Amino acid sequence: MSTSSKAGKQPAPPAKTETPDIALLEHFYREMLRIRVFERFSEQAYRAGLAGGYLHVYTGMEATAIGWLSCIEKHDPVITAYRDHGHALYLGCDATACMAEIMGRSGGMSGGKGGSMHLYSAEHNFYGGWGIVGGHIALGVGLAFGTKYQGSDAVTHCFFGDGAANAGVLFEVMNMASLWDLPVIFIIENNEFAMGTRLEYHAADTELHKRAEGFNMEHERIDGMDVLEVRRHARRIIDRARKTSRPYFLEIMNYRFAGHGAADNDQSLYRTPEELERAKKRDPIALLENYMRDNNVMTSEKMEAIQAEVEEEMEQVYTDAAASPKPEPHEVYSDVYTDMTPEKGH
Amino acid sequence: MASVTYRDALRQAMIEEIERDESVFLMGEDIGRYQGTFRVTQGLFEQFKQKRVLDTPISEPGIVGIAIGAAMVGCRPIVEMMTMSFSILAMDQIINHAAKIHYMSGGQFKVPLVIRGPGGAANQLSAQHSHSLEGWYAHVPGLKVVAPSTTEDVYGMIKTAIRDDNPVIFTENPGLYGVKGEIPTEKDFTVPFGKCAVRKEGADISLIGYSRMAHVCMEIAEELDKEGVDAEVIDVRSLLPLDTETIYDSVKKTNRALVMYEDWRSGGFGAEIVARIQEDCFDFLDAPVGRIGGLNVPMPYARNLELLCIPNKDDGLAKAREVLS
Repeated sequence: MSTSSKAGKQPAPPAKTETPDIALLEHFYREMLRIRVFERFSEQAYRAGLAGGYLHVYTGMEATAIGWLSCIEKHDPVITAYRDHGHALYLGCDATACMAEIMGRSGGMSGGKGGSMHLYSAEHNFYGGWGIVGGHIALGVGLAFGTKYQGSDAVTHCFFGDGAANAGVLFEVMNMASLWDLPVIFIIENNEFAMGTRLEYHAADTELHKRAEGFNMEHERIDGMDVLEVRRHARRIIDRARKTSRPYFLEIMNYRFAGHGAADNDQSLYRTPEELERAKKRDPIALLENYMRDNNVMTSEKMEAIQAEVEEEMEQVYTDAAASPKPEPHEVYSDVYTDMTPEKGH
Repeated sequence: MASVTYRDALRQAMIEEIERDESVFLMGEDIGRYQGTFRVTQGLFEQFKQKRVLDTPISEPGIVGIAIGAAMVGCRPIVEMMTMSFSILAMDQIINHAAKIHYMSGGQFKVPLVIRGPGGAANQLSAQHSHSLEGWYAHVPGLKVVAPSTTEDVYGMIKTAIRDDNPVIFTENPGLYGVKGEIPTEKDFTVPFGKCAVRKEGADISLIGYSRMAHVCMEIAEELDKEGVDAEVIDVRSLLPLDTETIYDSVKKTNRALVMYEDWRSGGFGAEIVARIQEDCFDFLDAPVGRIGGLNVPMPYARNLELLCIPNKDDGLAKAREVLS
């Protein structure tokens, strides 16, 4: 990662301060693989013409969502932008329903009306899934406003990218979140690219977390490639936000192994193959494998067995999703309103 | 029934809704300590305190976005726009977010949100503070858009808006705040959306308008009456949903129609009404449907020029006579 030294972030070794929790490590390993393999199949769906539009995969960034979301409470709202498959899967959304949504099928989470960028699950307190860069951050602060208004101790986890950190509405809601003591954690998933524009070309100060200083808000930058490291920080920061009902501004450094979206077919416009290879040396899945091997937590055979299970699961997910019927034509009018149908016809 | 102003009726209804439902609260710029720019929220901060009447920074997109998020978890926010012209800043939140959530989530989330405030020309507020934007919003599936013209309607329709589970744009022409009328004493009185009010029955021409233009239509009807013409006046009051049935019934009876709106003439909501009448009532028409809208210019500051832009009784009367000839 060419900007990592400039950004002052050195690759951190896996956290060794805690005794390895074998069940947890296996859980992380399996869940990261589930996202990785799911995303491979979602790209396959796009190439096969089973998915259209825009599709943004989470490949390479798995440790961020998983490490973080492993520490939240069930009643905590979660909201993110359009790179949302990983968050949805880890929150417990049905993988087949996610894939069916990506394929625009009736079995999808929104019956095929949202698509890849717009996954939602009320059951899992997952509030999407948004396509206007930066726009949903205001909603995230609103979720925190609403739960606090209702007297809940919920903390809202609001994910967005480094590109969205430049959207004007962010600064408005940072101000209000701090002014009104709202329990929201702003989580920048800094994968170093706003689409195809590198961090140093889009941000006046590449340490994005420092923007919180003007709003009297605590902030820091952490490594997002090591799932254990993310979890360690998440526990501390979430606990603090819940106890103090204060916002927190966090920048998690990770890296996007894939293009911006499925339609991004020339990555040479913004990075070299060498840079990508360097980044992949810190592949979050490989880091965890190394950690587990070094600490004799899991054998290579066991890892391969889990990989095979996940492959099998996602292959089935792909097949089942593709078998889900297309939405009925009359569905085009449903759910525009809660209580009425819009005027029909062209 | 008690006689009050439009402003007081609106305030009274909001007070009753805040008292009725804990999830209802108001937020906006200068609505609390400052008592509201048009004094609609006068006294509410003292009565309900900060939790229910929240002063915000001047951050329209942020305010609306926060209100949407709060609505998604079950609150029922009322956002006051100091003027609807400022809602242009929040349009991304209103159109890309509020209007889309229910659909994109396949019905999983709803947004019981009211965005209300003065829309239209006041008195020399010039080009940036005089917009009539209801036509823009009524273009957007997922929103409901209303423009009440009387004390009874503003009282009954704000209650309907607050109790609605969908985002509602509630526009109040600043020229109406001082209009007097009656409100019901029944606290659960509501006026349904999607239902025109026939303000005056008549047989010779249908005068169709909403918000302040509904009053202008009444003035025109009185003038026409002196000329022996019996005009019917339709107050549309709800743009989305739109009650075409009442409009069509009227036109089929009178065979002539004039549509009036304060918004820019070109592409305004009145054009939609005209188009529908011609599509669905063509065989009943004895003359082309007349249309009077605001001049297609930014609102000028000079009072004489401003008055040229806003359709008035004489503009409407001249056009009505043309439709009748």
